[in-house]
Amino acid sequence: MNIVVLVKQVPSTDNVKIDEKTGTMIRSELESEMNPLDMYAVEEAVRIKEKETGTKITVISMGPLSAEYAIKEAISMGCDEGVLLTDRRYAGADTRATAYTLSQFLKGKEFDLIFAGERATDGETGQVGPMVATLLGIPVLTYVNKIIEITKSAIKVQRAIEGGNEVIQTTLPSLITVVKEINDPRLPNLENKLRAKKSKIHTITNEELKIEEDKIGLKGSPTRVVKVFYPKISRQGEKITIKTPQEAVSKIKNFIKEKGVI
Amino acid sequence: MKQTHTGVWTIAEIEDGSINPVSYELLAWGKGLSERLKVELTSIVLTNKIKDIESLIHYGADKVYYVENDKLEHFYPDTYTNILQQMVEEMKPEIILASATTKGRTLMPCLAASLKTGLTADCTDFEIEEETRRLIQIRPAIGGNVMAKIKTMTNPQMATVRPKSKLPLPKDESRTGEIIKKEFNEEMYQSRYEWINYKRDESIEQPLQQSDVIIAGGKGIRKQENFKYLKEIAERLNGAVGATRAVVDMGWIDYSHQIGLSGKTVSPKLYIAVGISGAVQHIAGMSTSKYIISINKDPEAPIFKVSDLGIVGDATEIVPLLLKELKQGDKK
Ligand SMILES: Cc1cc2nc3c(=O)[nH]c(=O)nc-3n(C[C@H](O)[C@H](O)[C@H](O)COP(=O)(O)OP(=O)(O)OC[C@H]3O[C@@H](n4cnc5c(N)ncnc54)[C@H](O)[C@@H]3O)c2cc1C
Ligand SMILES: Cc1cc2nc3c(=O)[nH]c(=O)nc-3n(C[C@H](O)[C@H](O)[C@H](O)COP(=O)(O)OP(=O)(O)OC[C@H]3O[C@@H](n4cnc5c(N)ncnc54)[C@H](O)[C@@H]3O)c2cc1C
Repeated sequence: MNIVVLVKQVPSTDNVKIDEKTGTMIRSELESEMNPLDMYAVEEAVRIKEKETGTKITVISMGPLSAEYAIKEAISMGCDEGVLLTDRRYAGADTRATAYTLSQFLKGKEFDLIFAGERATDGETGQVGPMVATLLGIPVLTYVNKIIEITKSAIKVQRAIEGGNEVIQTTLPSLITVVKEINDPRLPNLENKLRAKKSKIHTITNEELKIEEDKIGLKGSPTRVVKVFYPKISRQGEKITIKTPQEAVSKIKNFIKEKGVI
Repeated sequence: MKQTHTGVWTIAEIEDGSINPVSYELLAWGKGLSERLKVELTSIVLTNKIKDIESLIHYGADKVYYVENDKLEHFYPDTYTNILQQMVEEMKPEIILASATTKGRTLMPCLAASLKTGLTADCTDFEIEEETRRLIQIRPAIGGNVMAKIKTMTNPQMATVRPKSKLPLPKDESRTGEIIKKEFNEEMYQSRYEWINYKRDESIEQPLQQSDVIIAGGKGIRKQENFKYLKEIAERLNGAVGATRAVVDMGWIDYSHQIGLSGKTVSPKLYIAVGISGAVQHIAGMSTSKYIISINKDPEAPIFKVSDLGIVGDATEIVPLLLKELKQGDKK
């Protein structure tokens, strides 16, 4: 099987700085890591590989050169090779331009399954996966919490949807986005860590991909972040140090009654 | 700019013939926008059986387009996308809103990609830009640490809207409007998906994101067994149980209950945080709740900064008593 995992590099600190003019994130190399939710996608791919000999896993990311680090994290978990789509002109891409660039690279390549994370912890749209699938003309299964069966031409999965689980199947090739409960990602072992360290990430620029400039980066993005602001989440609440538990219960009951919430 | 697209659409969500209340919330958003823009508000229905469709008019739609076919019983992204793409290309709305449910969050990116337009995720507010009539879409990102205003340069302007971010308008049964059936060739309903079954998860008595009341526990509840108090309280308040990542990681409760950056985002009418410190990643998933009550024994706990009522006290004493009183209330 040929498996592709889409991996995004995200800032690893809580204190993300935003360029208030362009609405894009200010990144620095030291503070980035693989999107934590992508670890579940990587893990699921590696589990398939362990069961099915001859499986090859390629990790693909679009991002600045520093995204190599995120790709290497995936390789250290057991993926085989990495490709980084990187070009100054790709910067500022929204989900559409990101998905377009990824799909232009994938078009014509051989793959049976593409994995993506549920969402990235920075942009948090969860849109890139379904968009890539649509642009490639393949089915997408989102919110997958269990892969039930994979055959030569089909995949059956369980999806976590409102109030329960749905079992559904579709044809291969297809794209799967996974949720956290699907597995427990492994820690990289020493051998894979070394392999990742030594591995050479294949970098591809737009010289090679030759995507029209009006379809990539900020220029190719139909959405624009026009303003970012920091929300004030503080509330003018009342804080009481209670003397007895009974006092707390009365306070809570009064509050609920007063506000008419129930 | 020449106005090529006009009208506001909302995509109704139907489950087994019944209209999901998020559809009415969307109409409340849509109404505000369509009135500002002086255009029609249309609700779009794709379903296998139609029931109570006039209610969409009663909740604010001027018009309803519906497609009824057995093959629409289950949500298949390809079929839904094909049909909607054709409708959009034919009727050219300027704005399309859908709910940020698992369905909306799957359908809308597929549709936006097919229509070659932009999509803004999980919006909690909207504005109309004065001079240009363009839609300003407001959404939290980066774990709720920032809010972004986003504008779409292409048409239609598409967005998913966070459930519970607005109340439906009051139902007005005297409202009238057009209800129009749309028909398509059988081949439009072909799909590469095959639905097999659906199982309710009994552990999620009430789907978290639809609940008006959530009582959530963190490490401060001290023991896994104490979740049973939270569950019983939730039952009595018609609510659901939430949790922090810390307790999910310890295996005290299932991941489906996790609230926060790497869990679910909720905005109930009432959120009760029990023994939760209030890490940014947790707050990211619940700060839009209407009212927040928190119980924590540390007066400096950050959760108090986002609370309407903060109780400094021992949760293991308060919670059993709260349950006891609620039970007594039942008897009265
Ligand atoms: C504050 C803010 C708000 C934004 N809001 C929007 C918006 O509403 N609409 C919009 O179109 N754009 C938006 N963007 C831009 C968006 O964040 C970027 O396009 C980003 O590169 C991809 O989107 P995401 O982070 O939401 O990823 P998601 O769609 O959440 O990522 C899901 C999965 O797709 C894969 N993936 C995502 N990006 C890449 C990549 N670069 N390389 C490889 N795989 C990838 C990963 O598997 C990931 O787990 C916003 C950006 C900011 C800073
Ligand atoms: C990338 C990333 C993503 C994350 N995503 C999430 C997420 O989605 N959701 C999430 O919740 N967290 C998330 N976290 C973890 C988050 O940072 C916190 O670690 C977590 O929320 C803490 O959970 P807690 O409040 O239960 O535990 P703690 O922080 O340990 O707090 C326990 C609290 O209980 C109080 N307490 C103790 N005993 C009592 C008592 N008897 N009565 C009353 N109060 C008492 C203490 O004073 C303390 O404030 C994430 C972290 C990272 C880095």
